This record gives sequence, structure tokens and C-alpha cells, in this order.
Amino acid sequence: MEWQDEGIVIGVRRLGERDVILEAMTREHGRHLGVVRSGRSQRMQPALQAGNGCDLVWRARLDEQLGQFAVEPTKMRAASLMGSAAALYAVATLGALLRLLPERDPHPALYETLRIVLDGLDDPQLAAPLLVRFEVALLGELGFGLDLTECAATGANDRLIYVSPKSGRAVSEAAGEPYRDRLLALPEFLKGSETGFPGPSAIADGLALTGFFLERHLFGPRGVAMPEARAAFVALFPAEHF
Amino acid sequence: MASVTGPEIERLIQLLAKLPGLGPRSARRAALHLVKKREQILAPLADAMQVARERILVCDTCGNIDTLSPCTLCSDPKRDDTLLVVVEDVADLWALERAGATAGRYHVLGGVLAALDGVGPKDLNLEALVARVASGGIKEVILALNATVDGQTTAHYITDLLSPYGVIVTKLAHGVPVGGELDYLDEGTLTAAIRQRTSV
Repeated sequence: MEWQDEGIVIGVRRLGERDVILEAMTREHGRHLGVVRSGRSQRMQPALQAGNGCDLVWRARLDEQLGQFAVEPTKMRAASLMGSAAALYAVATLGALLRLLPERDPHPALYETLRIVLDGLDDPQLAAPLLVRFEVALLGELGFGLDLTECAATGANDRLIYVSPKSGRAVSEAAGEPYRDRLLALPEFLKGSETGFPGPSAIADGLALTGFFLERHLFGPRGVAMPEARAAFVALFPAEHF
Repeated sequence: MASVTGPEIERLIQLLAKLPGLGPRSARRAALHLVKKREQILAPLADAMQVARERILVCDTCGNIDTLSPCTLCSDPKRDDTLLVVVEDVADLWALERAGATAGRYHVLGGVLAALDGVGPKDLNLEALVARVASGGIKEVILALNATVDGQTTAHYITDLLSPYGVIVTKLAHGVPVGGELDYLDEGTLTAAIRQRTSV
């Protein structure tokens, strides 16, 4: 068995003294693991940092084996991400979120979203909205997509400012007014109508919205706690950047 | 295949093979060498290991290993009490001491945050670090952690943790190693080096 694909490093685990098990998100083969021989060498260690892009060749005798990766780095993002706490916490959160995907299940659209998100994470004003958008995309890929295009009650598509925690659908201001205490806030930037950078309250609303549905649909049913890195990321806003 | 040695030597080989850098073949060679040099190497090595087993402790203050607790570094009156150097592992402490780069006190975390390996804040020696800083007297904390995503995530986490205590928190510079040629450096290191350039 052999294939070639592009991928993004999610993490590595030590295997003996010189080798590592690489966990990568690939475009056509989903989240995939494999051994990298001499992965702890001085040449390979910088390439195998989370967030870096690489070309991968995977080989194994049988498809169900762990197999071996040959890695050629293509985009070394890790060094630029290390300068920002938000970017590092976001990378750790992205890794934890990607581990919710079944192994070897292709998600090319999510891979493309991940690539775009990682390219923008070192910009402090973009990090939070990008992470929120990734979380919305992940929920959609796993069958829990949010419908933010029209009001769940009236079908209207203007003045959508709430999201129903039950259905994950948008609710207009008029229809949601009697239930406002029980509804989640829908930030403008998730509707795609906002230009410029979202403000602190919109960021907080976005993180609260996706956090609620991640917990309910993905982490809660698995009995897994929400990633600590996400809590650390949320704690940075709005204090750090705004 | 039947063993050509007795169970005692087989056990010695098996134990040696568990050491870093040794596999079954090199462990076999090492065992044979030890047996051949019984008086010159095997006996003193066994004595040294016995002493190590009985006397070596983990320092209650910093997490270093020594025969004393507090360790020699923690009880050295010549060291700077206002400077605390945080390292991932005892091996990093030894590396810094070999370099003689700092006269500060140390704190060994015992690892870094690593989600994939299931290492969270509770698995690290962080409570003792906060307690040391909170007890006063420390003016600067140097985070001498690896330039990896996990190492730097830990550095930012500690920075957040120490922010209420009013100490200066610094970290090691990233960039061109001494003797390094720019042509051979990865672009990430070069970017970091340019970003952290200093005036001359």
C-alpha cells in the first residue's frame, strides 16, 4: 500500500529513542497516523511541529497497518505561531477538535478550512474569528451543522441575532424576543455580512455559541472534557487583543 | 533458540537493553564487557548504582535530583535568589549549568503540556512554581523551555499563571545557532531570528 498526499501536522508521539508516530490531517485521507523514522532528529524535529504543512508519502504492507510516513516539509508555520499565545492555544485546540474525527475518514473541505485558519492564526485580530469558523465547519462535517441563514420560527432572513440551543438554527430578533434569556447570541461575523474585524463581544458570543454545541454534540456524548487549551484561548479574549 | 548464557546474564542483558541508547545487541556487548572487566568496571558500577539507589532524592524545592533536599543548587548561598530559571527536565538544568549561563535558582517542571500524550497542567510541577513566586523575593522568571509548539504553549500558560504576581517573565531567544549557516536553516527559524533581531 502506498499513497501520496498533502497534510498538516497535528502532533507527534515518541516511539523509542529516535522515531515518532506522526498524526497528520491529510487532504484526501483524513486524520492519519504513521511512523516517521528518525523523527526526533535535528533535521526532522522542526518539520514535525504542530501546524506545519508537509507532503506525505505513506507506505505499509497492509492497509490496516500503522505504516510509515516519508515527510517533506512544505510550509513551516510553527515558528510564526510560537510568538502568540492565542495562536498556540488555537493550534492545541484545533488538534483536540480534529481528534474527534474518525481516523482515515476524508474531509477535504475541513482540511482546506484548517489550512486557511492556520495561515491566519498569527494575526491576533483574526485568530478568534478563524477558530470559531473552524468549529462551525467541524460541527457541520460531523452532522451537527448550524443553520444560520433564516429564522427557525418565521423563515425571515433579516435581523437574525439569536440561535436556538435546541435546533442550532438562527432566530430573528422579533421571534426570539420572548425567549431571549434562553437563546444564544449570533454574532454578525458568522452571518458573513460583517466587514472588518469583529469586536470583543462578537468574539465572546461566537466562542460561547460554538462551545455550547461542541460540548452538547461532540465532547459531552463521548464523556470527554472540552480541551483545556480552548479554555485558555477563551480566557485571552477580550483582554489580550482588544 | 536456546539461550547460550545463564539466566543471571540474560537478566543483566534484558535490564541493560532498557537503557536509553542500548538495544538488545548493544546490551549483550555491554554485559559481556562488564563481565570481562568484573573488578575494574562491574564492581564499582554496582557499588555506584547501589549508592545512587539509596541516596539520590528529588529536591522538594526545585525538582532537581541530588543526594540532599534542598539540593546543592537550592542551598548554594552564592546563587541569585531574585532569578528563577524554569526548565522542562533535569537534563535541561544540567545543560544550563554546563554552560554556566546563569547564576539563578532553578525549577524543574517535569515535562511540558502535551495534549497527544495526555499531559495537562496537573501533571506538571506548577503548584510549587506558583508557591515559590508567591512567597516573594523573585524578580524575574526565565522560561528556558524548548522551542517546540508544546514547549512554547507551556511558556505562555506559565506566563498567564504568574501574571498576578508582578514578576518579570522572560523566555529564551529563538534564532540562528552559533556556527549556524543561514542557507541551512529552516524558514521558521529564520523568520524567528529576523523578528527577534537586536541592534549592534
